[in-house]
Amino acid sequence: MTREEIIQAENLVYKKPELMNDVPMHYCPGCSHGVVHKLVAEVIAEMGMEEKTIGVSPVGCAVFAYRYLDIDWQEAAHGRAPAVATACKRLWPDRLVFTYQGDGDLACIGTAETIHALNRGENITIIFINNAIYGMTGGQMAPTTLVGMKTATCPYGRDPKLHGYPLKMTEIAAQLEGTAYVTRQSVHSVAAIRKCKAAIRKAFENSMAGKGSNLVEVVSTCNSGWKMNPVKANEWMEEHMFDFYHVGDLKG
Amino acid sequence: MEEREVLLMKGNEAIAHAAIRCGCDGYFGYPITPQSEVLETLAAEKPWETTGMVVLQAESETASINMIYGGGGCGKRVMTSSSSPGVALMQEGLAYMAGAEVPGLIVNVQRGGPGLGTIQPSQSDYNQATRGGGNGDYHLIVLAPNSVQEMADFVDLAFELSFKYRNPAMILSDGVIGQMMEKVVLPPFKPRRTEEEIMKECPWAATGSGLKSRQPNVITSLELQSEVMEQRNLHLQRKYKEIQEKEVRYEMQHCDDADYVIVAFGSASRISQKAMDMMRARGEKVGLFRPITLWPFPEKEIRELAGRVKGILVVEINAGMMVYDVRAAAQYSVPIEQFGRLGGIVPDPDEIIEAMEKLKK
Repeated sequence: MTREEIIQAENLVYKKPELMNDVPMHYCPGCSHGVVHKLVAEVIAEMGMEEKTIGVSPVGCAVFAYRYLDIDWQEAAHGRAPAVATACKRLWPDRLVFTYQGDGDLACIGTAETIHALNRGENITIIFINNAIYGMTGGQMAPTTLVGMKTATCPYGRDPKLHGYPLKMTEIAAQLEGTAYVTRQSVHSVAAIRKCKAAIRKAFENSMAGKGSNLVEVVSTCNSGWKMNPVKANEWMEEHMFDFYHVGDLKG
Repeated sequence: MEEREVLLMKGNEAIAHAAIRCGCDGYFGYPITPQSEVLETLAAEKPWETTGMVVLQAESETASINMIYGGGGCGKRVMTSSSSPGVALMQEGLAYMAGAEVPGLIVNVQRGGPGLGTIQPSQSDYNQATRGGGNGDYHLIVLAPNSVQEMADFVDLAFELSFKYRNPAMILSDGVIGQMMEKVVLPPFKPRRTEEEIMKECPWAATGSGLKSRQPNVITSLELQSEVMEQRNLHLQRKYKEIQEKEVRYEMQHCDDADYVIVAFGSASRISQKAMDMMRARGEKVGLFRPITLWPFPEKEIRELAGRVKGILVVEINAGMMVYDVRAAAQYSVPIEQFGRLGGIVPDPDEIIEAMEKLKK
């Protein structure tokens, strides 16, 4: 069989989601963001919601999320994405509304907005990228930084006596009456990526069915911030992050 | 309620009724004295059952203003209200709205400060309202009502201006206007815009629909390239200049033959009006100039006025804020003094007359 014979529409096994454009991504090679962006784009298209979606991007590494997915976006102030999304969804109830936030945005400066939007049962989905570090500003301590983990602002390792403990926002969210579906996923292997995609799909479907709010945490790597190569970062995540941030469904 | 019926109500209640009547899509707010009647009235009126207007008590003023950002960003007519300490919390969101050119209405029923201050009336947020208040070079369109009637009338006006210029607008009221009861004729009913009308009025909005026939809309104030950011700022400045040229509003009483004028806005202008009437009854030629838009400020009109009077008394319930704008507008051509009370004390007409007598000397 020749190359030309193989490259036929009926033999297609994979293609880039149509909602993803060709703008070069600013993410570091090995970063988890690109994979999660792709999953979001695939799920929106598979649900046929291309013409009915409003995304809310955060302050943090995903600040430019709006550059890569061809949907309407609002860029929220640091931590305020769930408040912005609340208004979008309440005012346009037939739209698919989601936020895309990092750990600093969601679990630190935006803790109040996150908890209250989830507790009100807003019919939105919050996608929460937890890489235990502030990536965009150069690797400072995050609310989710593990005890003992070294960052630019805890260079000798996170010490609970000095810095307090890492915050498990997803466990908190699972206790709230307003949440329909709360899950923790990862995207470090093909199997994990597939599970994560199914979780995003379920969350988006819940939002459209009016079942309440949905939180999909994605335990992620930040190889630049962690100062490791991508392969090592994935290994480190499995070894250390999963011990503290258990992967799986917490509710719904 | 019948159309054009004369009613008696508080300024805060008038704001709520006017919002329902002028096609407002959503109100998001947090309780704070002396403006809580806005949310209370809306909650009692249940407009979500009649016009479909969304009413939500947010978890904070920070959340409220970001809900306004989100709602305005997707093309809806949305508003919030608060009082001074709450409006201080909203400054971040206001700067984002100005930067991303998101329309929306913010009502500030001012109370005395600084800090937690007092729950009594004040006009000491003048600088914050007219200078921007948050980070960056920007302006809000600021309307200052001085009656319950104007509280009602300015809701629709503020929305119109806000959407016309894609700029947040503020009604800068105070505890006097918010709490006092007066006669009011509510504005006629205007239906909420349909989806089609929103798309037509706001082609820039992140509504999520129509993407097959247009580029995605992104509401953002971020730009890392300084050259592009400077252009964006210059665009904003051109817009502000246009607003300054076209949208100045003011009221003059007895200014034609006046030797001296009082310049006052909001509740201070009502008290000043009384003081003027008392002085006029004694044969003194005193006039009153009332800026209705505090930004854009009626500079040209005050300059002209200053050219034909012997002196100006600026009355404001603060330690002297608008007086700097009046002096700059008048280019220091005549003596200009300020009188105000602080900490929630409202001046009385006799004090204003006394201040005018001092100015005349």
